[in-house]
Amino acid sequence: MPALDHAPLPEEPRDPGTERRNARVGLILFAVYSSFYAAFVLVNAFAPSIMDTVLPGELNVAVVAGFLLILGAAVLAVVYARLCRKPQGGGV
Amino acid sequence: MIPEPSTLAVAVFLSFVAVTLALSFYLGRKTRSAASYYTAGGGVPWFVNGVAFAGDYLSAASFLGICGMIAFFGYDGFLYSIGFLAGWVVALLVIAEPLKRLGKYTFADALDKAFNSRGIKLAAAISTLVVSVFYLIPQMVGAGVLIRPLLGFPHWAGVCIVGAVVTLIVATAGMASTTWVQFIKGGLLVIFAAGLTVLILQRGFKADASAESLKPQTVTIRPDGTKLVNGLPQGKGEGETDLRPVGHISKLPHGASETGPLNPVEFLGTLRDSEVVLWTAQTVTAKDGTKTTTYTPKPTSGADVLRPGNSPTYTGIQGDSIPAKLNFVSLMLALFCGTASLPHILIRYYTVKDAAAARKSTVVGIATIGGFYILTLFLGLGAMTGGNLDVTNSNMAAPLLAKSFGTLPFALISAVAFTTVLGTVSGLIVAASGAIVHDLLGGTLKMTLTDSAKVRIGKLSSVGVGLIAVLLGIVFEKMNVNFLVGWAFSIAASANLPALVMLLFWKRTTANGIIASIVVGMLTSLAWILLSGDTFRDVYGMAPEQSPVPFSQPGIVTIPLSFAVLVGVSLVGKKKAT
Repeated sequence: MPALDHAPLPEEPRDPGTERRNARVGLILFAVYSSFYAAFVLVNAFAPSIMDTVLPGELNVAVVAGFLLILGAAVLAVVYARLCRKPQGGGV
Repeated sequence: MIPEPSTLAVAVFLSFVAVTLALSFYLGRKTRSAASYYTAGGGVPWFVNGVAFAGDYLSAASFLGICGMIAFFGYDGFLYSIGFLAGWVVALLVIAEPLKRLGKYTFADALDKAFNSRGIKLAAAISTLVVSVFYLIPQMVGAGVLIRPLLGFPHWAGVCIVGAVVTLIVATAGMASTTWVQFIKGGLLVIFAAGLTVLILQRGFKADASAESLKPQTVTIRPDGTKLVNGLPQGKGEGETDLRPVGHISKLPHGASETGPLNPVEFLGTLRDSEVVLWTAQTVTAKDGTKTTTYTPKPTSGADVLRPGNSPTYTGIQGDSIPAKLNFVSLMLALFCGTASLPHILIRYYTVKDAAAARKSTVVGIATIGGFYILTLFLGLGAMTGGNLDVTNSNMAAPLLAKSFGTLPFALISAVAFTTVLGTVSGLIVAASGAIVHDLLGGTLKMTLTDSAKVRIGKLSSVGVGLIAVLLGIVFEKMNVNFLVGWAFSIAASANLPALVMLLFWKRTTANGIIASIVVGMLTSLAWILLSGDTFRDVYGMAPEQSPVPFSQPGIVTIPLSFAVLVGVSLVGKKKAT
């Protein structure tokens, strides 16, 4: 098993251009997700009756929004990993 | 409820613990250098690290606390699932990659790379220790909760057993064994939780409207320590009685008596149209010191169960009180910001080879953890309606739910949950001992230590931290573990996140700014928690109204305050980041 070989690893090569690009992608996606999360929290706090509304398919807004925030995080994580690049070019 | 240990459960449980220990010893033999002890030499494959993230994160709090809270109060427990997972988005999108590039062993290394300041190392090490200890408390409480129904031992014995086993694991191995053990347990926990969810859906719902099921129950504790249940001594013998297991549906839609198997959407839809019996507790203390707690059934519509605001933590959001609403927003903010600031999660970024591997392992972590959190809603609601809840302890809901399906599921779930507690505690103890050896002794006191001395002192510190955790685990027995985790998140988010984020994204950040932000964030959040109404009620036994702070969760005040202090001190100070 490679993980059990404890030889020290070489330092990763630096590539400021790619690092900046990856950081920008991360921050844009973060802004998208945190807006949804903030909206969810604020609606729960200040307009909780909206959470009671039943949507087509029997489920209420609270349950559907909760599932979407969890699934959305996983989808966003995959999107981010696809958009990021390794140092010196090349996709992940 | 008095536990009934079974031989099968004990055998399965002991085999799990034995395999965990064997694996740790095997991997520990290969740990020689400090790099391998604290970060597994940076050579863990990203997929393994990703699932190990889940093993670290899906701790006693996630499994026992969330399921317990959903089982007792409905949707409110699920809000923790949502907040805990959202925190991973911060970790992945903002922190993971740059942190991986900055660090070597610990969170302090990352913060200090640009400054080489002893003050930063000291502040970061103390905050790592404080957060680790606060996060250890619920894990130890959870361990005690699992041991009681499984082996029949009292709570303190469970806490001591987990303390001893974990200290043995960490003292003999380090990060490599912790990672592999976490990988296996993280994977098994998700698989078993999925299996349990299938059993819940297969069972569907049954209605029970009998008069017996709606009788209140009382627990009386006399000044001499003897316990009465419903007026009789607690026990299984003649003239004794025990608490009745609770948790059932009193009315199903269209007067049905049972539903048969349901799919996930039907399960939630049927519950919404049903009536569920929840329980409220009220404690009265007589003049002679006799404490009587009365548990009263409260038939509640399924629609209320599936909306926020049923638990004591969140109850205010259905009313008009602004402090209560801010309390909720504050907790959700702390959960969002806390994950990326937890020391045992941060050190896991150093166990993979590069930034891309850190990223990919976080994606695997999010998928695994997210899958589990979706299951928590079904597990919690299954426990709420499965007829096997202990009305006195919400933390027992998940293991008792498994027990309602038979001894084997119970033994498997308890063993995996217990070993997950072991793993989380190991990770926290490695993080804490790293802070002591690397940051306090090496960084702050400038002690020159040989590699083997670093590992030896690290192991000694592990034993010390383990002992502290055991003591606190016994003291905090009765508190919902989820609630305790909320505290750890608030402190981590207030002390660590502003420093990390500003260091990564604001070029004018100074060493003094970072130190001030960590110290102010940590002290204000800690002070706020110790002065909060919740702590007054649950820890000091005083009236919550006497609390000087307007609401219990500090995050909404202390996180921005910590950011503001960093910016202010950095702008005033002269030393700029290089």
